[in-house]
This record gives sequence, structure tokens and C-alpha cells, in this order.
Amino acid sequence: MIDYSKLSIFEIMDKIKTHECSAQEVVEFFIQKTKENEKLNAIVEIFDDVVEKAKEIDKKIQNNEKLGKLVGIPVAIKDNILYSTKKAGCASAFMQDFVSPYSATIVEKLLDEDAIIFGRTNMDEFAMGGSTEKSVYGVCHNAKNFEYVAGGSSGGSAVAVSAGLVPVAIGTDTGGSIRQPSSYNGVVGVKPTYGTVSRYGIVAFASSLDQASPITKTISECEYVLKILAGKDDHDQTTIQNDFASDKKDKYRLGICKEVVEKLKERAEFYNFENAIKKVSDKFEIVDVSIPHISSSLACYYIIAPAEASSNLARFDGVKYTKRAENCESLEDVYVKSRSEGFGKEVKRRIMLGNFVLSSGYYDAFYGKAKNVQKLIKKEFKTAFLNCDAIILPTTLSTAFKIGSKNSDPVEMYMEDLFTVPANIAGIPAVSVPYSLAENGLPLGMQFMADEMQESKMFEIAKIFKSQMEVE
Amino acid sequence: MSYLDSYEMVIGLEIHAELATRTKIFCSCKNEFGASPNSNTCPVCTGMPGALPITNKKVIELAIKAGLSFGCEISKYTVFERKNYFYPDLSKAYQISQLVKPLNIGGGVELDSGKFIRLNRIHVEEDAGKLTHLGKSQGTLIDYNRGGTPLIEMVTEPDFRSAEEVVEFLKKVREILMFEGIANCKMEQGGMRCDVNLSLRRKGDSNFGIRTEMKNLNSFRSVQRAIEYEAERQAEVLASGGDVVQETRKWDDFAGESFAMRSKEQAQDYRYFPDPDLLPILISDEEIEKVKSEMVEVPASRRKKYTEEFGIPKYDAELLTQTKYISDYFENCVSLLFVPKKISNWIMVDLFKIVKDQAQKEQNQEDIVFPISEKQLTNIIKMLEDRQINKNVGLELLQKVIETGKDANELAKEMNLLVTISEDTILNLLSKLKSENSKVVEDYKKDPEKISKFITGYVMKNTQGKANSLVVKNLIPKVFSKE
Repeated sequence: MIDYSKLSIFEIMDKIKTHECSAQEVVEFFIQKTKENEKLNAIVEIFDDVVEKAKEIDKKIQNNEKLGKLVGIPVAIKDNILYSTKKAGCASAFMQDFVSPYSATIVEKLLDEDAIIFGRTNMDEFAMGGSTEKSVYGVCHNAKNFEYVAGGSSGGSAVAVSAGLVPVAIGTDTGGSIRQPSSYNGVVGVKPTYGTVSRYGIVAFASSLDQASPITKTISECEYVLKILAGKDDHDQTTIQNDFASDKKDKYRLGICKEVVEKLKERAEFYNFENAIKKVSDKFEIVDVSIPHISSSLACYYIIAPAEASSNLARFDGVKYTKRAENCESLEDVYVKSRSEGFGKEVKRRIMLGNFVLSSGYYDAFYGKAKNVQKLIKKEFKTAFLNCDAIILPTTLSTAFKIGSKNSDPVEMYMEDLFTVPANIAGIPAVSVPYSLAENGLPLGMQFMADEMQESKMFEIAKIFKSQMEVE
Repeated sequence: MSYLDSYEMVIGLEIHAELATRTKIFCSCKNEFGASPNSNTCPVCTGMPGALPITNKKVIELAIKAGLSFGCEISKYTVFERKNYFYPDLSKAYQISQLVKPLNIGGGVELDSGKFIRLNRIHVEEDAGKLTHLGKSQGTLIDYNRGGTPLIEMVTEPDFRSAEEVVEFLKKVREILMFEGIANCKMEQGGMRCDVNLSLRRKGDSNFGIRTEMKNLNSFRSVQRAIEYEAERQAEVLASGGDVVQETRKWDDFAGESFAMRSKEQAQDYRYFPDPDLLPILISDEEIEKVKSEMVEVPASRRKKYTEEFGIPKYDAELLTQTKYISDYFENCVSLLFVPKKISNWIMVDLFKIVKDQAQKEQNQEDIVFPISEKQLTNIIKMLEDRQINKNVGLELLQKVIETGKDANELAKEMNLLVTISEDTILNLLSKLKSENSKVVEDYKKDPEKISKFITGYVMKNTQGKANSLVVKNLIPKVFSKE
């Protein structure tokens, strides 16, 4: 039997199209694979109609009908993405019984291309967290080492791809939630230019930062699926027309951000980073760039994201679709009891943080100021990209950590986002690519950031980099 | 003597009007009143997770029109913000509204007295759904049909000093909103409602007192009564040495009194911030010009034209401008046949009566539609002017045109209603009278004017009323002036 988990989506589609195998065989392989790896807790539900859908695709192939660009490819979606008539629980006790009344735009797009929406992946509750430990479904385990965290919040999606449970999984990235778990599990994950992918039908965390995007094994697959998800959407005013214009050059300029190097110097992983740069030094022109306020991104993020989240999550109030607490004697009871019981600790922490920074008298000092610093950071990136085609930096400070090891101090957990958050704050694209193994044997990811709508160039640079890593 | 005599009222208003768009403000659900509960809803207006708002361009157009109608400055850059609070009728637990960058700034309305009531702003926001309480422990039903209905909120400065000023202002505002097609303002359906902020101060004082707010008053009468009641209540409190509590009060129209809902201490912090789902709206001069070009003449200016140019009494001019439809109808008629006073009479006496008879039930003044076209009405009036018919025949024709929908001129011929008596017949009749009745001849010599009426009557009587009275009048001298 063919091990489809070792094949790229292009190879799988070739086999399906040339009748070498059926879509049904492919989907059944991945069902089997997922069941064998249940302990990872990456995929929380395989949708009950996947075999049915695969048979429909096979019929299409038999009838020589026009086929989509993802024909027969099983795609797992994060638990905060709506797929009509299927559950979408946001890994929250509050939303466990929620059945989507409509499908997200990206789900429609995947279905239009004959992909098979395979199931739901584990995540941190409401996408808040960096480890996928804070889930109503339980902890998700790292694909490379069971004792370690998956990363998050799209931990289930990254683990599912890394362990070969699906060839493609969709995650969402608000401050690094795709790139960080991709880095932790040795797979490729991208966060596109803000507005590239429609947010319609994706449960909002921080509206001005959220982007959904694919996680795959290779850069080419990631780029391919992203282009399918992208596009201006009549249901999302913040979407843009991203044409993925390419800007081919013989030698690209790669910027190293000196403020990042400062943060990294003292750490063991600096060796891996330096070594990687050395390996590509003749492929790129390496230049120093400066983003003076890059470190303030984190502070901005932890004001803007909770502020928007506090408002976005207010609709989960026990009145409509979320679970209502029992024995409520007043309307206030419904709100207070339901939300107290429904939300987990981290979600509550961020809602309170958000309410605080928006409250009257504090708005200017926090939210207003954060928005101003955000403008400044955007400008600094713009300036940096005048001098380079992409900025190279590690995705995370270190590898995945042991499950349970960072549960005592939320701020320590927040620090994990240090290198991923700037791309969200600046609205620019960034991709994480596995490049090295740390001393503990766990993968490290390298991140490439490019200017707005320069994804094609960013992927091209990442591919050149990746090919050099594989030499030896 | 009332407690109130030594105090002066200070009143400011917040007026909400539902915009007359076909669809809601942020989704494509129908904006209509009276549909079965939750039938006009979708993921957006029920606040489903993941749903996002898309701004209805028509809403912005109508809101700009409102701004232009009241002399506001139109912002070139305007932002929607979220007003966060929990209530079951608010599906997202925030209302999309405007605070820092409203669409329209300033403006105002002049009262008949010449006093100018200043507007602070007119901003755009969405309406909430409707709750139906089933009574003790039986629960509450939510209908989200109204959720997402586009509203403008007009906020005035505290410029009012009496209930009468408030009511006059409201009537003027309503009239303009309706005339411009901005809002239907059906008050009984909540299409226009008003929050009253009221405080008292000793006459002569320049500082404001502590105010209360009464929410959602939806008729001119309840506005008037609520203000009078509240002023009296506050005066009593103050006169007895007490302090007015800053609070929101609910007016009970049935009981004729208001009661406290929540005090300032319980006031909410709405945590406004720009809605990240919606882009700021940029408004160009071209867009403003386009809206301007679609605006119609306002009622006040029409009334001025009617009284000054058409010689129509003030009261009649008021009636003719009660809706844009009636006023347009009148003006269309006048442009077809320039006899404004006559047309006005036909509309106000005869057409109103027919409309009233037709729809005895709960026909709204705003919904009046005349059952005859401007062209046909003026055709009838023209025949009357030309003395081809008399008033009674005209009324008969009016009924027939309405019944059959046929052309008035053709109907008149078909039914043989037009005068058909020839000049020769009239001359013969006049000669016969002259020879038979010498008294008439004598009287004619003394006062031709006076006796002409009698002579005309004689001809009419002998022709069953089918002679043209104008022709008769012209022929009388020909016969009677001859020796």
C-alpha cells in the first residue's frame, strides 16, 4: 500500500487523476493514520461524510468532469472555522455543541476545488495560547516528541500535518498561531499579508490581526494552497486583492534585523541561526536592517488583541448558541454564570485585559497608544524593506517546551510570540520553514518576512534557503 | 400656582429615525416592518460567530442627505465604532455606531419664531432586535428582524425651553426626513423615536441643572406629556429642597407618568473603539454633489411658493405639503394647468374626500395616494374652466374616470356631458325672451349686470343646463343692447 503521508499533494492528485488510486483510498488511508495516532490528540473529529465526499470526487473523475485544484486532497480545519452543519467548538466548553449554520468563505473555496474537508483540529481555546494545552479536548502532543507541546494555538493543525494525518491543515494566525506550532513540529506555515484571506466564517479573535492560512510539509504546497484561499470577498470588507506579483532577481537581499540578533545572542539556538546564515551567504546578499521598535510589537499585541477579543467574544453570552448556565435567576445571572462557567482561565484573562484597556479613561493610554506604536512599527518595516527583499529571523526563541512547564507564568508564555507577533502588527506576510534541529532533537523554524503582498518573493527566498539547508 | 413657575426648562433631544433602505445596514436582509419573527435574519444580523458586516452604501447616501438637509458639515472621513454592552436584543453584544468621527457635524433647524435649534451631530448606527416578555417566569422571546435596521441619530444641543418648541422641532424634522425619502418616520412603528434630556434651572440662572433622560418616546403627544410631567416632577423636587437624581427614566404613556430605570452610578462604560471589521469611510466631494442633486425642494420653501406665488392661503399650503406625494401631485397639476387655487380646492375638498371614503380604516396620512392622475384631474378642471361642463358634471366625471380609468375628455363626449347647444338656439331663446318679457328689457337698460344672471338662468332652464354659460353671457348684449 502506498504511504500517502510521504507524498506531496501534487503527487497525490496525479495518482488520483491518472486512476492510479481513488480519492476514497486516499481518504481512507488518512482516516486510518489519524486513528493510529489518536493519542496525539491533533484531530478532534473526522467528519462523518468524508468517505462519501471522496466517492463523489471519484465519480467526477470517472465522468471526466472538470476537476478542481485540490481534487481529493483531505484538508483538516482548525476548530474555529465554520463548516455548515458541522460542529465548530473553538476548543471551548462554552461552544462544544455549536453547529455551524453556514460555511466560511475559505471552506467554500476548498470545496469548490474538490478538496475533502477532513475534520477539525485541536487548538487553544478561542485561539488564545501558544501550546494547545488549553483545550476542552485535552492537551495536543508534539508530533516529534510526545512529552512536548504542539505549540499553538493551531497546534492540532501543525501536528496533524507533521505526523502525516492529513497533507494540509488550515490554521489561524493572530500573533504567530500558525508559524510557531509549524516551527515546533517541523512543518511549513505561513501568515499572509493582512486581508489576503477572507475571515468570514472564522470565529474572530482579534479582527485586525487574524489571518487563516495553510500548514503543509513543503513551501510549494503552502504557496499553492494559500493562493486558493486568497481573494477579495464580498463578505469581508477588510479583504484585499493580493495578486502575488513576483519580483524575480538573480540575487535577493536578505536582511538581518539587529534588534533580533540582540535578543538571540545569549541563547544556544543562536548557533543554529548563525550557521544557517553562513550556509546561504553566497546565495543571498546579506544586509543589516533595523526595526528599532520591533520588541514593542509584543506590548502592542497584548493590548490590541485582547481589546478586540473582549468585544468579539462578548457575543458568547449564554443567550443564543453558547451553553447557558443552569439555575439563572436573572438576566445578569445568565451572563455572569454562563461566561464564568463557559470560558477558560486564559480566555477570561484576555477578556479582562481587553475590557480594561478600552475602559473610559484608559483608552488613550493603552489602546490609542498601541495603535500609534503599531503605525510606527509598520513604518519601520516599510523602511527596512527599501533595503532588503526579506527579513530572516527565527520563528521562535527556542524549540517546543515540555507539556506543563510554562503554565505558571502567562507572561513567559506570551514571550514565545516575540518573533512572530511583529508580522501581525505590521500586517506583512511571514512564513516559517523548518531548517535545523536543536540540541534536544526538536525542530527549529526559520522565518521570512516580506513587505505587503510580496508573498511570491518571500516563498522564492524561502525555497532557496531551504534548498541550501538540505545540502550536505 | 405651579412649582414650575420659577424655573426654566432646558431640553436636549436624541432622535432616532430608521432609514428608508430596502436592506439592512450591514447585511442584505430586508429592512421591513411586520414580517414574522426572525424571518428577515442571517448570520450577520443574528451575530453568529465568524459573521462580518458589510456597509450598505445606500445607508451612507441617505445619511449624507440628512446631513445636507439640516445644514450639517459632512465628514470626509468617518468611522464606525463598537459600542459594547450586554443585552439580549443586541446579538453581537455590541452596537455598531459612531462616536469620535460621526458622519454629520453641526447644523440645525429654525423654528417659526426664528429661534435656531442647533444640532450637535447626526451619526449612523444599527438598531437592535425586539424582546417580547412573556410574563412571570415564562421567558422572553427575541426577534432579530429589527436588528441591523439602519438608523440615524440626531443629537441636538440643549436649546429647547418648552415642550412646544420640542414638538415643533420634531414635526419639522420628521417632515424633512419624509420629504427627502430619508426615513418613513412611522412613529407608531418605532420608525422615529425620541430621547428627551431635561433639566430645570431657576429663571435667570445660566448654569444647567441636573438632568434626567427619558427614552424612546414615540409620539408627539407622549413627548409633550412626558416633558410636562417630568418638568413638574423636577420642580417639585427642587422646590422642596431636594436634588434631582441624574438617571434614565421610562415614560409610561398609559399611566401618564415616568419612573426611574437606572441611575448614573449604574451607567455603563461602553468601551467604544473603531470596529476593526469595517474600513473607515472616505466621502468625496463628487459623492456629496451627487446626493445634493437628488434632493428635492423642502416643504417650507414649497409653502412659501404656494402662498406667495400661487396665492394659496397658509392653512391650505400646510395641507398640500403634508407629504411629498401630495405636494408633488399638486405641483404637477399646476404645471399642466396654471389655476393653482382651483386645483388646490379640488385636491383638498374632492380628492381628500374620495380617499377618505375609499379607505375608511386606518389609512395613514403619509400613505395617501390619489386615484386619478394629474393629467386627468386637470383635464376635468380645464373643461370646467372652459364652461364646457359645470361643477356637478365635473364631479360626476371625476367618479367615472376613477371607476373606468378612461380619459376624461373622451368620457365627457361619450356620456354626452359637454354643452352642445348652438349659438343660434341661444340667440333664438334670447330673442323670444326679449319679445315676450318687456320687464326684462326695461331692467336690462337700468342694470345689465344684474339682470344677466336671470337671463342666463332662463336659457339654462330651457336647455336643460347644456348651454355654455360663458357663451350665453357673451350673447346677451347682442340681443338686448339692440334697439
